[in-house]
Amino acid sequence: MHLQFPGPWSPLLGRLTLNAIPYTNPILQGTFVGAAVIALLVVGSVLYFKKVGYFWREWLTSVDHKKIGVMYIVIGLVMLFRGFVDGLMMRTQQVMANGPHASGVLGSMHGFLPPYHFDQVYSAHGTIMILFAATPILTGFQNIVVPLQIGARDMAFPYMNALSLWLTTAGAVLVMISLFVGDFSAAGWVGLIPLTELPYSPGVGVDYWMWAIQISSIGTTLNAINMIVTIVKMRAPGMTWFRLPIFSWTTLSTNIIGLTAFPVLGVALALLGADRYLGTHFFTAGMGGNLMLYTNLFWIWGHPEVYFLILPVFGILSEVVPTFCEKPLFGYVTMVAATFAIAGVSWLVWLHHFFTMGAGPDINGFFSIATMLVGIPTGVKVFNWAFTMYRARITYTVPMMWAMFGLFLLLAGGLTGMMLAIPAVNYTVHDSVFVIAHFHCMVLLVVAAAFAGVTYWFPKLFGFKLSEAWGKVFFWLFSSGTVVVFAAMFALGFQGETRRLDWTYNTAWMPMLLVEEFGMLLYCLSLAAFAIMLVVSIRDRAKNRAGADPWGTSRTLEWLTPSPVPFYNFAMTPQVNTRDELAWRRKHGLENAKPDHYEAIHMPSNSGLPVIIGGLSAVWGFAMIWRIWWLAAISILAIIVCVIIRSFDKNEGYHLQPGEIEAMERDLATGMITSEQPDRSHNNAIHAEAH
Amino acid sequence: MAHQAAPGANTRLFHPGYEGHSQISARTLGFWLYMLSDALLFTALFAAYAVLDTPMNAAGGPIASQIVNPVEGFWQTIIILASVTSYSLATVAMKNGNRSGTMLGIVVALVLGAAFVAFGFNDLASLAAQGNGMDRSGYLSAYFVLILTHALHMIFGALWMLVMLVQIPRYGFNEMVVARLLNLRMFWQFQATVWVCVYIYVYMIGA
Repeated sequence: MHLQFPGPWSPLLGRLTLNAIPYTNPILQGTFVGAAVIALLVVGSVLYFKKVGYFWREWLTSVDHKKIGVMYIVIGLVMLFRGFVDGLMMRTQQVMANGPHASGVLGSMHGFLPPYHFDQVYSAHGTIMILFAATPILTGFQNIVVPLQIGARDMAFPYMNALSLWLTTAGAVLVMISLFVGDFSAAGWVGLIPLTELPYSPGVGVDYWMWAIQISSIGTTLNAINMIVTIVKMRAPGMTWFRLPIFSWTTLSTNIIGLTAFPVLGVALALLGADRYLGTHFFTAGMGGNLMLYTNLFWIWGHPEVYFLILPVFGILSEVVPTFCEKPLFGYVTMVAATFAIAGVSWLVWLHHFFTMGAGPDINGFFSIATMLVGIPTGVKVFNWAFTMYRARITYTVPMMWAMFGLFLLLAGGLTGMMLAIPAVNYTVHDSVFVIAHFHCMVLLVVAAAFAGVTYWFPKLFGFKLSEAWGKVFFWLFSSGTVVVFAAMFALGFQGETRRLDWTYNTAWMPMLLVEEFGMLLYCLSLAAFAIMLVVSIRDRAKNRAGADPWGTSRTLEWLTPSPVPFYNFAMTPQVNTRDELAWRRKHGLENAKPDHYEAIHMPSNSGLPVIIGGLSAVWGFAMIWRIWWLAAISILAIIVCVIIRSFDKNEGYHLQPGEIEAMERDLATGMITSEQPDRSHNNAIHAEAH
Repeated sequence: MAHQAAPGANTRLFHPGYEGHSQISARTLGFWLYMLSDALLFTALFAAYAVLDTPMNAAGGPIASQIVNPVEGFWQTIIILASVTSYSLATVAMKNGNRSGTMLGIVVALVLGAAFVAFGFNDLASLAAQGNGMDRSGYLSAYFVLILTHALHMIFGALWMLVMLVQIPRYGFNEMVVARLLNLRMFWQFQATVWVCVYIYVYMIGA
């Protein structure tokens, strides 16, 4: 086996030594203390309030799509915070390290981050924001909303759903561990080749990056399968394709992209792994490797991934805008067509990420035109939303404000994207911060839609609304911060600042760098407003109790269920009569109609195996990163054994009896919360027998 | 399309007695989707092979025509197709409710699959012994990894067959066992299909 890397290796601990722990770095010391305090607070309060059993039963082993969705979003928000701190460090470093006379602190020549540390920060920022913040948050929404929107009781494969969550979590855990044990990749979130090869990155950083993505993307692929089957097979009676809410349509298209794109990423990273672990020459600089093969494979995934993120965002906007315009969505069919047109074109544009490869005018011309084609269906969508708002009775609630800000960002990001689609322009601004500003408009559109979704669907899950007043404070601080930072960044791009600079050598950039830093201050304040919003909302939850339809103008099936949604979703499967079913029922005074009797409901049982497999995957990733072969072998064997054990599991769930449902529905009507499952670890379980 | 029918006597708001989808159909669709992602995985590997299949990427080492043996590959192809046939006969026996016939078909498929994998490993080992291992050149990396990835899939399928050989006598043909046997058939046939692509693309064109 190819083991030519510097430093010691022992059979017991692999490459792991005490020096791997950066206890001398003051920044990481502070981070560690902060993380340890938060972890102690969380674990301590769980123990103090004797909630261990509750967490195990209701969350960690849950196969309920709503709980899994909430956990996805919580993980995504935690990672969003981590990625934000990385961004704050980069902005602050660039202000501090401006010009030849910039002084340095903490052992750095300029600013406070030495180049190698700065490189890790931007690599971590990109990896985290795309794969461990945006992806889990959007997956979370899909998990929560889609089964409710289509009138289903759960996902098609509830157990596999939990497995997807815990594999994603295992990847996120590895990224977090890299803070305190070893270091992270310093080769960009895209894995700049051949910098990621063993001779140039001999440390464990690239391995952390590679295995964290690899493990979490298996979770994403499984989730894509689950979502597609759920939408195809589990729609309520009467929910024909053209009655499907747009968010479910976008979920379907986005998961078709996810299913077909993520395997390519898996191959790109696996071949890189073969280079690093087995000594092959796929992407090496000599011995017959091909550097651009990696770049192509990475972006064949990378560009569909961009639309994998943006399509559910369009879905959220398409739910929020009609609700607060009190109108049906303008151009429903064109919206569906545009969604699938974007998904289709997503496969034909990857080369625009490296026009400067020098493939020649014919290839660049093809990809340039294909890229511009994206503008057509996207334009259709923007006009559809605009025409929905035209002459509507708009209510400026927090979700609607986020949605309108999202449209603004889509316009700014989309039009600069059209500029970048022209190869001649692209050559000029390639690798400048103009490109960074462009795609941050798009990813902040994802964030805006995420916050629109959080405020919009929060009452559905928790039974009370978030504070409108603090929500607006949060909105204005965050959106102003975004405008200030990225308007200045567009300007810096035109002034010639390139990306990934740990030292901003040109003093003429200082004013705009300061403007950016001021924008970061607004972001920091918005973070405080977000925290206050949560605290105030939880404090006043009794005042803000939400009924089935807290907004009063919602249109889709999820708002037919009580808030918070009971674990069985619908006491009786609804019959769908039209598109925008709830709006139709409300129009005819039927929104409060209840079924006249109840029937037994088949529910899946909880399972501890997904969280155990997730934990074992994290152990396996850690062992591979540090090349602890015995631990890697044991953990992969344990995973296989767990999968086989599961295939022998005869527990096929249990039946919820009509009497129980009736009692719970009665409690729900009086405002009691019954989102927790009754304890039924032994009774009522169905044991599958040979039929 | 979006008919806004006014509610009348026939309007139904709820659907009592709704059966939902069948488990087998959901699992089958899910498995087809998994195989789509697996097909994309092999597509990417074939693309990598195509890019690296040039004399320049052989870096002074052997090129395709010097290492592939289409006659040996032909026997491998016959073995894997025989294995698939045997598994298919096993599912015919399952249709008749014949447990021992099903198990016999699976055992034969398993043995033939193992012979196929052994053939492949033997090939790769002799190449490596001549100093033409996967670390020799970019071309050989692509060749080895393509063959090994396929072999890994075969080993996974064999493991799955072993599990089914325990579950058939234990549970009989219940819904879960039948769904797994049907999905395994698709998986096994898919691996044979991939091998046929490998044979044509690597062995026949390369020779």
